Amino acid sequence: MQLFILLVALGAIAALGYFFARRKLLIAAGKTLVRPHSMPGYHGWYVALWCALPSLVVVLAWLLFEERILEALLITYLGPEIASQPANMLGLLLNDIRNLSAGDALSRDVDPALQDAADRYASLRTTARAALMGGGIALGVAGLTWSWYRVQPAFRARYGVERVIKSLLIIASFVAVVTTVGIILSVLFESIRFFSIVSVGDFLFGLEWSPQTAIREDQVGSSGAFGAVPLFTGTLLITLIAMVVALPIGLFSAIYMSEFATPGLRNAVKPVLEILAGVPTVVYGFFAALTVAPALRDMGAGLGLDVASESALAAGAVMGIMIIPFISSLSDDAMVAVPRSLREGSLAIGATKSETVIKVILPAALPGIVAACLLAISRAIGETMIVVMAAGLAAKLTANPLDAVTTVTTQMVTLLVGDQEFDSAKTLAAFALGLALFLATLALNVLALYIARKYREQYE
Amino acid sequence: MKRAGWQVLETSSRRLNKRYRRERRLKALGILAILIALGVLALLLGSVIERSYPAFVKTEIALDLNISSTLVKPDNPAKGKYGKIIRNALFDIFPKVNKRTERRELLALISRGAHFELRRMVRDEPELIDTVQRVWLTASSDVDMLVKGSMPREVPESERRLNDRQLAWLDALEEKGQLQTTFNGRFFTGSDSREPELAGIGGALAGSFWTLLITLVLAFPLGVAAAIYLQEFAPKNRITDFIEVNINNLAAVPSIVFGLLGLVIFIQLFELPRSTAVVGGLTLMLMTLPTIIISTRAALSAVPPSIREAAHGIGASPVQVVSHHVLPLALPGIMTGTIIGMARALGETAPLLMIGMVAFIVDIPSAPFDSATALPVQIFLWADSPERGFVEKMSAAIIVLLAFLILMNALAVYLRRRFETRW
Repeated sequence: MQLFILLVALGAIAALGYFFARRKLLIAAGKTLVRPHSMPGYHGWYVALWCALPSLVVVLAWLLFEERILEALLITYLGPEIASQPANMLGLLLNDIRNLSAGDALSRDVDPALQDAADRYASLRTTARAALMGGGIALGVAGLTWSWYRVQPAFRARYGVERVIKSLLIIASFVAVVTTVGIILSVLFESIRFFSIVSVGDFLFGLEWSPQTAIREDQVGSSGAFGAVPLFTGTLLITLIAMVVALPIGLFSAIYMSEFATPGLRNAVKPVLEILAGVPTVVYGFFAALTVAPALRDMGAGLGLDVASESALAAGAVMGIMIIPFISSLSDDAMVAVPRSLREGSLAIGATKSETVIKVILPAALPGIVAACLLAISRAIGETMIVVMAAGLAAKLTANPLDAVTTVTTQMVTLLVGDQEFDSAKTLAAFALGLALFLATLALNVLALYIARKYREQYE
Repeated sequence: MKRAGWQVLETSSRRLNKRYRRERRLKALGILAILIALGVLALLLGSVIERSYPAFVKTEIALDLNISSTLVKPDNPAKGKYGKIIRNALFDIFPKVNKRTERRELLALISRGAHFELRRMVRDEPELIDTVQRVWLTASSDVDMLVKGSMPREVPESERRLNDRQLAWLDALEEKGQLQTTFNGRFFTGSDSREPELAGIGGALAGSFWTLLITLVLAFPLGVAAAIYLQEFAPKNRITDFIEVNINNLAAVPSIVFGLLGLVIFIQLFELPRSTAVVGGLTLMLMTLPTIIISTRAALSAVPPSIREAAHGIGASPVQVVSHHVLPLALPGIMTGTIIGMARALGETAPLLMIGMVAFIVDIPSAPFDSATALPVQIFLWADSPERGFVEKMSAAIIVLLAFLILMNALAVYLRRRFETRW
């Protein structure tokens, strides 16, 4: 609420600044013969930006660190003997204090010391918010006054405004970099913590995956096994099945669409095929778990085969359907991009259309098709919902497509869904898997881009 | 001579025929591949639609309820014994049912949430106390599925969820006109429930709305600003090249990795509350950003340089050239890209699972800081439930999700067609 008032107040100050700065400039310009450097609007914007921006930056920075600062202040208030207890006990206590001051339910009885701490916390918070509000408005007014004196006909307000706009644009484009760095750092740090518990070799080459950790020291089966090989093979098996389904369908439809189809048919079919890429993956998961898997199981029972109800085949086949449009669209683009002269040259020496396709166009478009396949594979490896809903949970080292296997993404979801502590090996394992997934998809994408780029240079 | 020439002709025509056969074979394979893809799409949609339509209808049972003031105190209608009222009314219809197990079977016909419906009704209209009212109450999921034909009647009793006695009671009710099916409005307004007959997607729709609102509010300005800088102002150097490669790679990072990022950054580092639309929106924002940046850059680069040069020529500054000329001309393309990015965010599930938007939430979220779940996550949650009644709910929720996606994509196509300029 206070924040809302602060924002409204800042907006009001900025709006006032805009209008009065414009007015001031117009009046001043009327009195002299010098033509102002910038249009009146730029002067208005200059003042408005000075009112709002510094104060917004301060407010945002405060909000990001408010909880931490308050916590530190509270701990110093509580005294050294409380501050020196283990981190998780302290966290619990702080949580209770926070809940008590917010009036929520508690996990322990309220004693006077706790009540006192909660009151202290509440008062700290109120003071902090009041200071923030006062400081924010003061900063806005200060910005107003400072910029107000600069509004003169000779002042180059447009340069100032444009500099601010450009810096905002630059900051925005750095968000993408920050995201990448964030992904790498967050996944890497948690993975390093994981690898301090489980060695890298055990993780990458271990053949057994049973991610339990002990609650008590003497528990049976307390030593969890974190060998990720069954997960990698499971992922590869499902991806392989997906590619077996998607590659022929995608490639043959791309050949037909780019070489044989009339433009009308092409314009009608291509968007419909691309619907397959737009269907949410949870819908594919539903389809795999409720339609394809039971159908396969019944079919297997009819043939006397033992098909698991969460067979890799069902998940892989449905995933294959999902990636058809990746292969067909990208291969189609690659084949259309083959220069006309190659096609016409082949036809002119008497080759049929199909011979032209197989012997000339496909080889010429091969790098593009390979890149399309790599992108499709990277898509399949990272796909989550289909395998979470249709693949199994038990890690099994098998190459039998009728068996249930589990995948990297499935395990990430099962490890992290539900309330977990952030520092058990079980949760941290999800980050190690995430790192492996990130690196694998990144490598596939870079490889695909490299191949596609190399190919482009061939004809230009 | 003549004979030999004929032979040559014959072998070459045989070879030609073979080549034509190959031609036809390739063509047939192409058509077959397209037909398979289209057929699977039809099968996918068909299997969803086929399962979904029962969810839009619900079964109700009419009971003559005696809302006596002994069971519901007029001064405190919120705390009445509504379950007892319903039980009495049901036992009155079938007075011969006396055994405990049979009575329990009889009660199983009515939804477990029926007394909440009744309570709400009486609380809103206290005049109903001490009257006898014929009220249509929601039937239990088993009855609902049987009446709608999702569960066959003809199978042996042991394979049915309802036994022969219960079927006889239902037939008796139907004969008296106390059994009906109506439009299931609750499905659209209600929130999640453990009972399939009471569950709705209202809460999930609200959660998706808040999540997408945050995503849009953050991703649109950030994405457009980043694209403008990279396309119009950035010098060609190592740093901008790096940013560009980065954005392209980010677009291909699996969505679940963004979930991990959201978990670490927003929940662990900034200590934002778990399971809320805010965190979901922020996470999806990071995921949608590359899509918006890439499509905005494409739209900006489609504006011909002559426009820029003309604006420069009459004295506009670089910022003015972009904000007065290039950006308005590129706006339809930017909108199209944004809508497509938002459509993808709407269908996204995996990152939301990572940040805990996968809880059982009964309240409909009314602000971004409330615990919420999203429509695709709701579908996933129902898929995990053992009750068979959730299958139709799930399918119907998928239909609603697909309807929104089709709507958004249609809007994008319309914008492109309506405002597209060919230079």
